[in-house]
Amino acid sequence: MLSSGIMQRAFAEAILLGLACGPLGVWILLLRRSYAAESLSHAMLPGLVIAAVAGAPLLLGAAGGVLVAAAGIALVARDARAGGDVGVAVVVSGLFGLGAILALAPETPPRLGELLFGDLLGITRGDLLAAAALAAGVLVALAAGHRSLAVTAFDRGSAHALGVRAARADLALLAILAVTTVAAVQGLGNLLLIALILAPAAAALNLARRLPAAIALAAALAVLAGIAGLVLSYQLEIAAGASVALCAVAIACFALLKPKLGVP
Amino acid sequence: MSAPVVTRELRGGYVRGVDVLGGVEFTVGAGEIAAILGPNGGGKTTLFRALLDELPYRTGTVELAGRPAYVPQTDHARLDFPVSAHDVALMGAYGRTPFYRRVARADRARADEALARVGLAEQAHARFGTLSGGQRQRVLIARALVQDSPVLLLDEPLSGVDRPSAVQIERVFAELQAEGRALLVATHDVAQARGWSRVLCLNHGQVAFGAPATTLTTEVLSRTYGDELVILDGAGQAVCVSHHEHEH
Repeated sequence: MLSSGIMQRAFAEAILLGLACGPLGVWILLLRRSYAAESLSHAMLPGLVIAAVAGAPLLLGAAGGVLVAAAGIALVARDARAGGDVGVAVVVSGLFGLGAILALAPETPPRLGELLFGDLLGITRGDLLAAAALAAGVLVALAAGHRSLAVTAFDRGSAHALGVRAARADLALLAILAVTTVAAVQGLGNLLLIALILAPAAAALNLARRLPAAIALAAALAVLAGIAGLVLSYQLEIAAGASVALCAVAIACFALLKPKLGVP
Repeated sequence: MSAPVVTRELRGGYVRGVDVLGGVEFTVGAGEIAAILGPNGGGKTTLFRALLDELPYRTGTVELAGRPAYVPQTDHARLDFPVSAHDVALMGAYGRTPFYRRVARADRARADEALARVGLAEQAHARFGTLSGGQRQRVLIARALVQDSPVLLLDEPLSGVDRPSAVQIERVFAELQAEGRALLVATHDVAQARGWSRVLCLNHGQVAFGAPATTLTTEVLSRTYGDELVILDGAGQAVCVSHHEHEH
């Protein structure tokens, strides 16, 4: 299985994404930003389609799509009548619909499946390098913001007194989420990448008693989901991205069934 | 040396044109405990937010000896967050630790010391969410001790805590007083406030400020609590309020 370059790159991509998505997911869950995470990944569809039509790298389209979505959400959220969640729902639904119209237009190459569900087996050496750089950036940013994120998630009302700007921590987390989404979209697609962010983190938070253990465990479980998903996909000849997502969800379900293991 | 907490003509609120704080003016000296009394929505938490520089006040001045340490009501902290009591106490050192540095060994020792001071040395590695309400309140006080601020703002720290925790907290208050720190304690307990150095009564503005013995008259308490006040027959003084709910 590992003799082919395609599989080697797919495994490397799955490991890299797991290392970034797992720890990020812990913060997404602790700061209760699951809805934003799912929304941001969906909202970049128009950017992906435009990149596909223009023959540009998907990474570029994803980055543009995320920027437009973030700007749209910020713009709508400024209107007091709409508010936070309503703003996200309106912008994301609109952008996803626009993406679907563009993707299903006769002039567009038939790549909608790849955009929605990713293509781990189509990862190039360049994609791999970009994912490695983005994943490293995500891990460094999470490490740098660890204390601010912890205080904001644990006791937002005291953050200011403890020298932490909660709003800045929120914004930083969304920026890190956007970078991760851009990094993961090539391999997992904009519908499935959320599974690798949230499911291993949910499992880790259910198993670990301390934050560092939860973060390390989430990374390990996300990597495990990536590897198991690829092996399953190879053996059963099923879609790689979907297998990875299903393995991540299976790990989360298993963890929810298990009593607390008391990982220190 | 000037007092650690001085406010003059402080006015402000959350909505333009509606002042929750109306002309608040008081001084709390080193080694003093000031009780902040008032009904829910009367401005106690708003005053703390103004002192913490979270709420821009419209007019007036605030002079503080340093960034105040803040102890919230225990139910404001997440119980499902994966941290130990020691981790929480250590958060008190975050403000002086650059993000690229590990928390100093001296601060870790300070966190251990603070937990011992509030009687929780043996629970240092227990998960915060598994502790009792009173123990959690003491952990949050330990976090404030690690901040090592000359001014502490405590939001109803004795509300609903078990008796051993209340005794321990009152002992720590006395120690902090002896160290020359200024404590502002939001409370609904009028009897408790009578035992402290100063009392500030708020009800959408300052009703009164001064020494408890002369300030806590039935007339002042009536203006502070309005219909919530219950005067016990034969006691000769107002001692309690009819009910309260936590502000959120």
